[in-house]
Amino acid sequence: METKVLIKKNSYKDSVTLMALSRRMKAMPGVSEAVVSMATAMNKELLEHVGMTSPEVTEAGANDLMIAVQADGSEACTAAIQFAEDMLSHDNKAAGHNRSTVGPKSLSAAMARASDANIAVISVPGVYAAREARAALKGGLNVLMFSDNVSLQDELNLKELAHQSKLFMMGPDCGTAIINNVGLCFANSVRQGNIGVIGASGTGIQEVTVLIDRFGGGISQAIGTGGRDLSETIGGITMFDALDALNEDESTEVIVLVSKPPARSVVDKIIHFVCEMSKPVVVSFVGSRPSEMAVPGLHVAETLEDAARKAVQLTGKAVASVQRDDAQLAEVVNSVRNKLSPKQRYVRGLYCGGTLCHESINIVQAHLGAVYSNISKQPEYRLANPQLSKEHTFIDLGDDAFTVGHPHPMIEPSLRIPRLLQEAADPEVAVILLDVVLGYGANDNPAGILAPAVAEAKRLAASGGRYLHVIGYVCGTDKDKQNKAEQMKKLADVGVWLANSNAEAAMFAAATLAQKENLYEIGQSSL
Amino acid sequence: MKSGSHLFKQRLSVINLGTSTFAEDLQRQGVTTTQVDWQPPAGGDLVLMEALDNVMNEERVRQANEKALEVILAANPVLIDMDLAKNVIPGMTPQTILHSGPPLQWTDMCGPMKGAVIGALMFEGMATDADEAKELAASGKIRFSPCHNHGAVGPMAGVISASMPVSVVENRGFGNRSFCTVNEGLGKVLRFGSYDREVIDRLKWIAEELFPAMRAILTLSGGIDLKNIIAQALHMGDECHNRNKAGTSLFVRAVAPYLLQSDVPRQVAARVLEFIRDNDHYFLNLSMPACKASLDAANGIPFSSIVTAMARNGVEFGIRISGASENQWFTGPAQMLEGLLFPGFQDANANPDLGDSAITETMGLGGFAMAGSPAIVQFVGGSIDDAVAYTTKMYDVTWKEHPGFSIPTLNFRGNPVGIDVCKVVQTGELPIINSGIAHKEAGIGQIGAGLVHPPMTCFNQALTYLAEQVTKAERGAVLE
Repeated sequence: METKVLIKKNSYKDSVTLMALSRRMKAMPGVSEAVVSMATAMNKELLEHVGMTSPEVTEAGANDLMIAVQADGSEACTAAIQFAEDMLSHDNKAAGHNRSTVGPKSLSAAMARASDANIAVISVPGVYAAREARAALKGGLNVLMFSDNVSLQDELNLKELAHQSKLFMMGPDCGTAIINNVGLCFANSVRQGNIGVIGASGTGIQEVTVLIDRFGGGISQAIGTGGRDLSETIGGITMFDALDALNEDESTEVIVLVSKPPARSVVDKIIHFVCEMSKPVVVSFVGSRPSEMAVPGLHVAETLEDAARKAVQLTGKAVASVQRDDAQLAEVVNSVRNKLSPKQRYVRGLYCGGTLCHESINIVQAHLGAVYSNISKQPEYRLANPQLSKEHTFIDLGDDAFTVGHPHPMIEPSLRIPRLLQEAADPEVAVILLDVVLGYGANDNPAGILAPAVAEAKRLAASGGRYLHVIGYVCGTDKDKQNKAEQMKKLADVGVWLANSNAEAAMFAAATLAQKENLYEIGQSSL
Repeated sequence: MKSGSHLFKQRLSVINLGTSTFAEDLQRQGVTTTQVDWQPPAGGDLVLMEALDNVMNEERVRQANEKALEVILAANPVLIDMDLAKNVIPGMTPQTILHSGPPLQWTDMCGPMKGAVIGALMFEGMATDADEAKELAASGKIRFSPCHNHGAVGPMAGVISASMPVSVVENRGFGNRSFCTVNEGLGKVLRFGSYDREVIDRLKWIAEELFPAMRAILTLSGGIDLKNIIAQALHMGDECHNRNKAGTSLFVRAVAPYLLQSDVPRQVAARVLEFIRDNDHYFLNLSMPACKASLDAANGIPFSSIVTAMARNGVEFGIRISGASENQWFTGPAQMLEGLLFPGFQDANANPDLGDSAITETMGLGGFAMAGSPAIVQFVGGSIDDAVAYTTKMYDVTWKEHPGFSIPTLNFRGNPVGIDVCKVVQTGELPIINSGIAHKEAGIGQIGAGLVHPPMTCFNQALTYLAEQVTKAERGAVLE
């Protein structure tokens, strides 16, 4: 085994580019480990853990690029390093080819060049993100911060500054927004309309906007707040600012709020605030019981699908919907049940979208009992080892435990494949649930990457004499760059059973494994 | 309006910091997107980042920088006279030798500078040969001091001794003066450390014939406006550091009538004009003091983070800033130039970065003006697109665009001027300097040309100093 490390001084690149490159190098013949990263203290430590450090690595600084390869023989090492250098220099040439494309090196330089700029999208590492956001807000720019690992105190300071300046501070850890019909970061291409969405959850906003589009409605604005906005400390500053803004906005007639369950004190504030508003508001706090929030004038949704439907109804439009044929559903479920062996008792959900995963857990738990997860709010159901499933298990593969040193599975769908095969090999598994999230920011062909793996998973189960039922949901629209219909076809072709919403997919899974004979009952109580 | 809803009425224009895929998907939607070529500010050093925030967000600093730029841009450098160094340079004594860059002592000097000191001592008649000169230089009887500490500048070794005639440039309206010797041409010359008979003889001829002739010209002319010549030369392909063909020609045009009007003998006048004609770099030793006079006027403005000098002594690179105390330098190791070497020379022959000529870059000329000087691009190794990129990047680290100097190829955009220490540290983008490469041994001369940067540590130190000043001032304000 040979190890080679190359340090390139003063060559900063963003981590997404580098992680993608590392993966491609690792796939090269003979290469057992490949790391391309900036020489930050953390990355240097990671490199040391895989035994590839050197005195040059120790000396290198945060703006120096490290290319480290472990391979069987020096030729393979050299080839991999050469490949990395080619890819990186290609990137430089593409950027520097035209005289006018010398990029500004700082936010202030960019602001000097683009005097009409009105929003900064920030995805730099967390330790630097707050500083850039502060400068952007002070310069009069709205901010969408995708970066995470920003302290709660910084978040509070930034949001207070934004509030005083009448600007939006979306995030930290905000992945989705649609402003003036433009999708920012991870967002879908949806119809423009009169429904405003505010969400503390990225995939929650994606699911609601996509379903509103499917039900014939349209989106005026979709504002992400970041996952901690409704915490006790932040107190929903961005959400209240966004509510004010959408209340003032003439194009918005109905408002949808999406979040995981907020802090109790914040819920009360929101309910109070919303009841005072002139525009109807639909609230979907994934994981909370609607009955807890029953207040006259508040429209509480049970699921994201329900929120989308209620919102479209409130605009006065008839909901365009695919009618669910319960008889046909029963037939499908019965035929699947007949193919399962008695030992196959469990469902495993493998999700890219955190909120989609939460929603599914809630639905399945209501019918099948205990669901284990790496993101469970209930400590007794939190997996000790997220790499190993137990009974009914739902995994959010976008969680930190899986993304340290890797891109998010929405960008790199292949990350899900080993886990999919692992579940398929488990003789107790009956159903596998998968979400596929389309739109801007996401991989160009996620279903194309997943489909062969699904076929392989089904083969694997079959070789053990089992039938494996795979249920999928594609969150997206036909206007998305990936095209929903095409993506669905790729999955259908390998035998994936496709649902019309995330909630419906979870409900199908629950119905398949539930004791109840009356499937219709499950459908009614879930949707 | 009590909320941020005004955004909903605007056309989106996005600045993207970080993952470029977000920018690509925005462009796919037809949204104006400016991708920042981002890297961790201050090299990712959290202590420096804090200093950067303290200084950049300080109103006193902003006001001081505005004031510094007002002074720099209003400067009006005029060549008014020539005189002997000992008569005009403040602090000049018969035992003083001035040199380029930040302070250093004889033992630490690089080859070319040592050679130039030897030549100067021989020119002054203080030593008859090199050995005697070396002994004297090492004896402690000679006082070495940076040109910059005396209002002077010198290319390469930058050596000035008491009896050398120097051009006197006055910053009209401000009154401060700067000084520089006469450019000797290429080949065996004192500034590259040569002290041959031929070199000493040329220095003597400059003192005996050129100096009085030029003095007569300047008396008759009432002064030659150097800012005007620089502005014109910039439109004629000079960047006024490594290319001075146009500036030199314009200078000849300005002085020739006065030379003929003067009582300088015809033969002498002919030799003077011939000397200037044969030396494309004649104007360098005028553009440099013009820049020096302009920038010196902006020294001593408390809290200003604007760079007023960049200079190298072949061992160290030093910068001076407007907000520092008098003659305070922030130094780091001089770097090696990257560029083209003349045939027969190797990288191992090259001396590290040397000379005060980076005063031109400090004023927005030289490397900063490369986009307008296509002829120099090949000389230092590169393409026109590279040159445009160099100049474009410098707008990100400077405070203003010069209203009088402009770059034709950039649609007459003003030259980037007023290097801000904060912007350099924040962006990690170092000033670009184009310069000659000296042989590291004394007397061999120029062996190539190329590009070089200051070391980042100069800017980090200057920033740290300013952060201390800001903190002190705040503490003072609290006590009051």
